[in-house]
Amino acid sequence: MTEVNLTVNGRRVRRDVPDAMLLVEFLREELRLTGTHVGCDTSQCGACLVHLDGRAVKSCATLAAQASGGTVVTIEGIAGDELHPMQKAFNDHHGLQCGYCTPGMVMSGIDMVKRYRAAGRELTEAAIRAELEGNICRCTGYHNIVRSIRAAAAEM
Amino acid sequence: MSENGIGKPVKRREDRRFLTGRGRYTDDLRMENQAYAAFVRSPHAHARVSGIDAAAALEQEGVIRVLTGPELVADGIGNIITGWAITSKDGAPMKVGDWSALATDRVRYVGDAVAVVIAETRQGARNAAELVEVSYEELPAVARGDRALQPGAPQLHDVAPGNLVFDWEIGDAAATDAALAAAATVVELSLENNRLAPNAMEPRSAVAVHDPAEDHYTLYTTSQNPHVARLVLSAFYQVAPEHKLRVVAPDVGGGFGSKIYIYPEEITCLWAAMKTGRSVKWTSERNEAFMTDAHGRDHVTTARMGFDEGGRITGFKVETIANLGAYCSLFATATPTYLYATLLSGQYDIPAIHANVKAAYSNTVPVDAYRGAGRPEATYLVERMMTTAARQMGMEEAELRRRNFIQSFPHQTPVIMCYDAGDFPGNLDKAMAAADVAGFPARRAEAAARGMLRGLGYSCYIEACGIAPSKAVGALGAGVGLWESAEMRVNPVGTIEILTGSHSHGQGHETTFAQIVADRFGVPIESISILHGDTDKVQFGMGTYGSRSGAVGMSAIVRAMDKVEAKVRRIAAHLLDGAPEDIVIEDGQARLPGTNRSLAWHEIGLAAYTAHDLPEGMEPGLKETAFYDPVNFTFPAGTYICEVEVDPQTGVVRIVQFTAADDFGTVINPMIVEGQVHGGVAQGIGQALLEQVVYDEAGQLLTGSYMDYCMPRADDVPFYTITHNATVCPGNPLGMKGCGEAGAIGSPPAVINAVTDAIGTNDLSMPATPMKVWQALAGARAPAAAE
Repeated sequence: MTEVNLTVNGRRVRRDVPDAMLLVEFLREELRLTGTHVGCDTSQCGACLVHLDGRAVKSCATLAAQASGGTVVTIEGIAGDELHPMQKAFNDHHGLQCGYCTPGMVMSGIDMVKRYRAAGRELTEAAIRAELEGNICRCTGYHNIVRSIRAAAAEM
Repeated sequence: MSENGIGKPVKRREDRRFLTGRGRYTDDLRMENQAYAAFVRSPHAHARVSGIDAAAALEQEGVIRVLTGPELVADGIGNIITGWAITSKDGAPMKVGDWSALATDRVRYVGDAVAVVIAETRQGARNAAELVEVSYEELPAVARGDRALQPGAPQLHDVAPGNLVFDWEIGDAAATDAALAAAATVVELSLENNRLAPNAMEPRSAVAVHDPAEDHYTLYTTSQNPHVARLVLSAFYQVAPEHKLRVVAPDVGGGFGSKIYIYPEEITCLWAAMKTGRSVKWTSERNEAFMTDAHGRDHVTTARMGFDEGGRITGFKVETIANLGAYCSLFATATPTYLYATLLSGQYDIPAIHANVKAAYSNTVPVDAYRGAGRPEATYLVERMMTTAARQMGMEEAELRRRNFIQSFPHQTPVIMCYDAGDFPGNLDKAMAAADVAGFPARRAEAAARGMLRGLGYSCYIEACGIAPSKAVGALGAGVGLWESAEMRVNPVGTIEILTGSHSHGQGHETTFAQIVADRFGVPIESISILHGDTDKVQFGMGTYGSRSGAVGMSAIVRAMDKVEAKVRRIAAHLLDGAPEDIVIEDGQARLPGTNRSLAWHEIGLAAYTAHDLPEGMEPGLKETAFYDPVNFTFPAGTYICEVEVDPQTGVVRIVQFTAADDFGTVINPMIVEGQVHGGVAQGIGQALLEQVVYDEAGQLLTGSYMDYCMPRADDVPFYTITHNATVCPGNPLGMKGCGEAGAIGSPPAVINAVTDAIGTNDLSMPATPMKVWQALAGARAPAAAE
């Protein structure tokens, strides 16, 4: 067993968990934050994407113990009373259908907007599509996801 | 018209919970006393099971029980059924081999379940499953459908000699042969429709709960049709009688057909819950999904189409081998027959058609309906044939299609279907204008100047949706009726609950179904709830697949609304001192024209439930149920035009433009409808360029993860141009045709026709990977070099 200390969505948590527990299992099973999903077992679909210390990580490919000491933000932690602009854009532009890949898409979208802004680069349509290489959606054909992220980038 | 009424792009009401991480999917649920199941699966494509030793697994800490096939059979759990009886052309019934949820003595595909481990933790169950020692005696295997039918092929089921499930035909063989013999031109085409894995992003999951006090079971599961699941689990698998079994499909993360079926895992979890006295959860891993979720397509087809001197089709003859995999899944036998060959007339007036379909067992995952289900296979064949024919006859392919379009309705095809409405030339015109086909030669020349090969491909698809008139499908062998149910409850305070037998797993029913209610009565959409997916709430239903939720599910809601309206009129007439037929219901109130008398919606509800002053003899309450049985299939149709650029150096295909002109009849919410087309087209592009389930000769699955099976990513697809050209469907009250599958049905031939146009050779198979395209280009260049 390993002691894991994390700040998750602004809340400090401490748990003793099996050494091999993945961060996604920690979030879903220990903290019952079930908005973070598992869609594959090879770290490709991105349904499990969260922010760890300000960076986008796939929580299915991160041990809880590895993350210990860090700060995690999940889909449950980005909205206040109002939806985050990325969440609102997905609603405005029909960027989701079944909703399963959506938390990962939203977290990926926020991350790419921030990174491009920090680097002073324009987040073009082509850039959004390339950045979504690690997020798979089977419902939307990506059309409205790309539109959502582009619209949110203008609002963030 | 209400701002949230029919035709308005109302933003989805269900989005908020999904966007904030509050969706409630099956694996998110945690029950009291929950244990976890992990399945022991065959690593062999074909083998006898000679022994199972669970001792080492049972020694592991936290392992509760290991259960096997013989115990399941001994407990009376029935074999898995197939729901549509097909009769071979010689009159013989189809040959269905036994399929036990856990194999008893033989495994027939990699992934076939042999045993299940129940343990305290997910990981503990998985680890213990690895320790269950199964003794196998390997048998020879066959993975391809056509090879399975050859003499000497390994045999899967004793009941099906030669691995032949059925040898079925439709149409007039003699008339078709005569038409082809007399034709001025006969065009031949051989092609394969590649095997696909559906890949809903939410893996399948089940949580089974058994309450010994009442001997009552509850199954939470990833289902597109929980009511049918309950029926089948009860009537055929004998897990529990219907009144002792509740099935709940909570939020479901995509289905595309793969979550229609009742799989071995759900059956086993229910049974294991009873055996162990624990709630039992199982959630598929992605690699498990690749080897257990029903695959789609997998046809091998040769066809001949005859034309007269004027380019008019005279006859169409089709021979198809459908690979059904190791067992007959629920809709497996209907998919390559009545959902496929009945659409072989396409959008064209064809006097004679004959199709022969042989269905084969093979040592692969069972194949069943996947988005489109038979209709993509028909469309791919017909539309590649039309393009091939145009090239062979030196005609413009739009003109060849136009010359053969059905122009008057109703139109009876030679293969059962009677098309009720459509505007095929209009769809084509609209798509050609939106795609700027006139400007294509200039774009092709510009691409050529950059060293790129640009191509344009057409597909004029038609599908039969709104599945289906119960009497008609019953006559064709269906085991169930295909109506839909709805219940409308008006509460005493005037709020409305719509209970539907349809199920939403991404389609947005909580929005669109509420739109038709808001539109009808003028009540605020916020006052309407849509309930679905729980057999304890909704009495019965047939679920969501075959693009049926609009044409059938919403029609049932309309019928329930008709009944509620009739009662509202009587109540209002009584209280307002008028005649029921004079009452006007709009803007959330009932009023009597010519007077200043009206009742607000909540006043009507209150009057119905207080029952202090109702018309003589009227029952209290305001709740009505309707079962709607469609009068015909519906026929969504359209034209898709794909434009590609091929890099001749690498064979890489880039889709530069994709244009759709769809006729879905009445559109309730254009935003959602367009989203359905986007997703369907992306799946079709995936089939055309990227996706294929691959088995090796020994039946080993080579594409068992996203490392090997190429899913479309955002940079594989373009922005799509979607247009509508609606003709109203005369067969249902809202005039709807259905939109869920069109994209996946219409797009693959558009893509392949574009690629073959670009590279100048017709010989190309799906998926058109860079290697295949490059090789096709090399092949096309080779004869020129030899000259």
